[in-house]
Amino acid sequence: MSDEPKRKTAKAAKPAKSGTSATSGKTATSQSPKSPATARTSGRTPVGAARGRVDVLKTYKLFIGGKFPRSESGRVYEVTDSEGNWLANAPLSSRKDARDAVAAARKAFGGWSGATAYNRGQILYRVAEMLEGRREQFTAEVAAGEGLSKAAASAQVDAAIDRWVWYAGWSDKIAQVAGGANPVAGPFFNLSTPEPTGVVAVLAPQDSSFLGLASVLAPVVVTGNTALVVPSERAPLPALSLSEVLATSDVPGGVVNVLSGRTREVGSALAAHQDVNALDLAGTSGDPELAKELETAAAENLKRVLRPDEDGTDWSADPGTSRLLAFLETKTVWHPIGV
Amino acid sequence: MTDQIFEYAPAPESRAIVDIAPSYGLFIDGEFREAADGKVFKTVSPATEEVLSEVAQAGAGDVDDAVRAARTAFAPWSALPGAERAKYIFRIARVLQERARELAVLETLDNGKPIRETRDADLPLVAAHFFYYAGWADKLEHAGMGPAPRPLGVAGQIIPWNFPLLMLAWKIAPALATGNTVVLKPAETTPLSALFFADVCRQAGLPKGVVNIVTGDGATGAELVAHPGIDKVAFTGSTAVGKQIARTVAGTHKKLTLELGGKGANIVFDDAPVDQAVEGIVNGIYFNQGQVCCAGSRLLVQESVQEELLESLKRRLRTLRVGDPMDKNTDVGAINSAEQLARIRELADSGEAEGAERWSAPCELPGNGYWFAPTLFTGVSQAHRIAREEIFGPVLSVLTFRTPDEAVAKANNTPYGLSAGIWTEKGSRILSMANKLRAGVVWANTFNKFDPTSPFGGYKESGFGREGGRHGLEAYLDVR
Repeated sequence: MSDEPKRKTAKAAKPAKSGTSATSGKTATSQSPKSPATARTSGRTPVGAARGRVDVLKTYKLFIGGKFPRSESGRVYEVTDSEGNWLANAPLSSRKDARDAVAAARKAFGGWSGATAYNRGQILYRVAEMLEGRREQFTAEVAAGEGLSKAAASAQVDAAIDRWVWYAGWSDKIAQVAGGANPVAGPFFNLSTPEPTGVVAVLAPQDSSFLGLASVLAPVVVTGNTALVVPSERAPLPALSLSEVLATSDVPGGVVNVLSGRTREVGSALAAHQDVNALDLAGTSGDPELAKELETAAAENLKRVLRPDEDGTDWSADPGTSRLLAFLETKTVWHPIGV
Repeated sequence: MTDQIFEYAPAPESRAIVDIAPSYGLFIDGEFREAADGKVFKTVSPATEEVLSEVAQAGAGDVDDAVRAARTAFAPWSALPGAERAKYIFRIARVLQERARELAVLETLDNGKPIRETRDADLPLVAAHFFYYAGWADKLEHAGMGPAPRPLGVAGQIIPWNFPLLMLAWKIAPALATGNTVVLKPAETTPLSALFFADVCRQAGLPKGVVNIVTGDGATGAELVAHPGIDKVAFTGSTAVGKQIARTVAGTHKKLTLELGGKGANIVFDDAPVDQAVEGIVNGIYFNQGQVCCAGSRLLVQESVQEELLESLKRRLRTLRVGDPMDKNTDVGAINSAEQLARIRELADSGEAEGAERWSAPCELPGNGYWFAPTLFTGVSQAHRIAREEIFGPVLSVLTFRTPDEAVAKANNTPYGLSAGIWTEKGSRILSMANKLRAGVVWANTFNKFDPTSPFGGYKESGFGREGGRHGLEAYLDVR
């Protein structure tokens, strides 16, 4: 695609950490904006650069069934920072990858939904602990992908981790808030309980690659659903790195599957898949045509569809319980009372 | 009927209590009027094929008028203090109680279901539903739907023919309590009770335009669903139509709830009390001629008790009285329409063709009207159409299992997920089974029980959203 050899390691001496942002003290504009050095400093922490060391770059991969495969299609796409500098080649998921991920998510559903709420809560809290330890990495990825200053990116990461902790705590509380006894007019015990909907396809927000991602993913899995995540198309790296955190936090394989690529392509495959139970269209915000197309496809097996907010979503605001409730079913059990 | 010990004398309910007019118009903005193009259709009594009345067929312009009337009524209705809205709905509940016998007779005439059911089940539940939701109207901020939940606007509601007035209550009561106004389309074959309900609204003094009734067929329903002036669609009916509606509202702001088909499993373990289980099975599939979305249409019986249970079940079926729905002794009435009867026959024939064994209790069916004898099939496999497709008639498919895991797997092996039944004396097994069954309503050692406080609705392709209880409010509120 590109006619210049972008994937070069940093030879440049300037370890300008805040790279592309206008707020940075030492901006990269003193160099060619397209230079490899700029790309390196904006996207990946140039620890070795100052010492003339060649960094070891990460190969970003999909996350399916607890494993890290490349796309079966062999395709990748170029992920750049907000100024167009190369950051990584992300896997460009195919429809086959989507189907594999659905199979993995379905397989994981019984165990995850059957785990105790306390267990799920602890595992998701563990995820937050692991995220905390990787704050720098996520901050760098968010800064590069969203064109934020380090401080702004750091605030996004903090909010995302806090949001994750908030949702983790809901695991053993939502049933008490959303369920309860019903005083029927007869000699019956009658109890309504929320249960996870099943396999949920989540098109994560395009504009908030990590806080937005955490805000849509955590409420889906905390209640026992398993998820297929299509991360921000332009900035998928935080989601792909989150996979590594999930893989080391006792989250069973298949509970979360991450499919980077074209939102339209992967989203269409998931919206039409007959073994997917629900669809979060957050990632179609600003593209009503795509949202309509996917909701129409989802009707074929009556997926529960959460539409994007018409006027965008403030991911930093208190989310309330609506995203939790959107992917729950209410089961009501009756039994006679007698002796 | 040689094994019958005694005969019952006829005990007909009088139809003098109900006065059916020769024709009815659409109820729009508080008044009855003809369809703009003057089209009408006939509604018949399925038990006799007698024409009961002629009803207006609403076209696009009529639907538009109804939506406009509902929109105009929305501002003042939603601005009323909840306590005042509540009083209107309480009034409706009381008028329904006062006119319960009249409406029960009307419903039996128009639908074909036994008077015993309309009198003892439908009408009491109808009034209870309005009474329950009336009380919510001034307590919405305590319903767990946010601090200041707002009504959506105009609700377009489409209801089926199996419980016409009860389904109307399930739709209209929560919509009014939450401050919405409605345009409701009753089913083509059972429009009369909804039109009588319009008169109940008049007696209750409900402001004009708050409730509008448009009668018609599927085309009228499609006009309503597609109308840009509505904010909410609530539909009860077939899964096929539900999917079409979901496609129609895709990409709009309309909130959607769907209550669709089912293929409920009624699971009987070897330790279940046989007589109670048999009553539950009969209630599960022959109540309302099996025309119930949550019917227990698949009997899963543990292999070791299959023989004993089936013998007992067949003995019980021989005592069911099939016939005149207006007779107070009738257990099983008429199928709602010729079209539905044809569908039941076609599916039952497929059961025989695919190799299942058919059995019906000997009974004489009336010469006129639409009738189908209570039937069961044994030797049914999961691949048979009668084990997979919703028959919506008095036809039971009997399958067997050996272990609880097998029962769960078979029960869940369907795209539907509305109801399930469990029969066992072992408490821990009930709870374990209830956890694993993917169905919105699970009846343990009982079946087909309903209550306004109890949320009802399906998993998977049985639809989404809940009707009844606190949960039922969510369908009519903006809870963001």
